[in-house]
Amino acid sequence: MQKEVALDVVLSCLRNAMEQFGNGQEGAVGTDTVIVGQSAVLDSIGLVSLIVDIEQRLEADHGIAVTLASEKAMSQRSSPFRTCGVLAEHVCSIIAEEQTA
Amino acid sequence: MVITGTSKGIGRHLAESYAGEGYLVEGCSRRKADFQLPGYTHHELDVANERQVKAMISNVSRRHGRIDVLINNAAVASMNHVLLTPADASNRMLEVNVTGTMMFCRDAAKVMIRRRYGRIVNFTTIVAPIALAGEAVYAASKAAVVTFTRILAHEVGQWGITCNSFGATPIMTDMIRSVPQDKIDAVVKGLAIKRLGSLADCKNVCDFFINPKSDNITGQVVYLGGIT
Ligand SMILES: NC(=O)c1ccc[n+]([C@@H]2O[C@H](COP(=O)([O-])OP(=O)(O)OC[C@H]3O[C@@H](n4cnc5c(N)ncnc54)[C@H](OP(=O)(O)O)[C@@H]3O)[C@@H](O)[C@H]2O)c1
Repeated sequence: MQKEVALDVVLSCLRNAMEQFGNGQEGAVGTDTVIVGQSAVLDSIGLVSLIVDIEQRLEADHGIAVTLASEKAMSQRSSPFRTCGVLAEHVCSIIAEEQTA
Repeated sequence: MVITGTSKGIGRHLAESYAGEGYLVEGCSRRKADFQLPGYTHHELDVANERQVKAMISNVSRRHGRIDVLINNAAVASMNHVLLTPADASNRMLEVNVTGTMMFCRDAAKVMIRRRYGRIVNFTTIVAPIALAGEAVYAASKAAVVTFTRILAHEVGQWGITCNSFGATPIMTDMIRSVPQDKIDAVVKGLAIKRLGSLADCKNVCDFFINPKSDNITGQVVYLGGIT
């Protein structure tokens, strides 16, 4: 999957999650929007909801079944869910891994 | 509705009954099902195999677009004195009974979240609260299911998903056929209602938990026969 497509999915799901779980700071979201840690736009439940929503969207719209919170992803030193851009790259690499498995 | 362990025993009874009531039932077990029913689809898989579990839930979700009910019934038991229990047997019980249940809950809940509705029933047993000698690891795995279910209830409650555990008394299925009769009699003697459990008892409790009206019943465990 191309990074731009993955980023579109991430941003669209993030907007949904922020509507439900955000801390009120609506507004523009983009590549650098922080999802995890200090100054994150979502709380921990919002993050769970976002990840599940992205997985569901990839499956429904693109026919790709993946698990974003894999063992490897969760044990990386810096979270693959840090920002929208990093998460979009993570989505692409998980899909690539899945397709070569 | 997804039910695990439907090739025989309690799971088969639930699959046949719910399909008969008009539910679309998706069942599974390692072996083929030797029955066919309108509304029933069988998947051959090992509930401890993550890839197979994901593939089944993804298949159900693609075909139906939703999962309303999940009943985690599949389990293995190996009745043995702890001093005679190989680590492999212990690992297998934990893998099938605990991890298998966890994976079905995880993947089905991801689908249930979409419609903000779900009913999950996980099977435990009275041998955990009565601390029955000879069933230490099996009982421990089922005690783990109860704790897992109570916490899961808190984690997914906000999406309209309820999670409860059901613990049967002895029921004459293949699972307990090798247990000596005197041991079964002793268990039954210790119950408030002194009889074996029945398939209908199991369905009755599941009916209550999966009822749409039971939306405020979650994190609970119901045991048959007066055990608490
Ligand atoms: N019978 C009792 O006295 C009693 C009492 C209390 C609680 N329970 C609980 O009730 C549930 C059902 O028990 P039961 O008596 O009906 O047992 P059973 O007759 O042995 O049936 C177990 C079912 O689970 C399936 N199964 C086992 N391991 C599996 C695996 N790894 N992957 C997929 N399917 C698997 C079996 O099919 P395959 O072999 O084809 O895989 C079978 O369909 C269990 O959770 C048990 O702990 C039973």
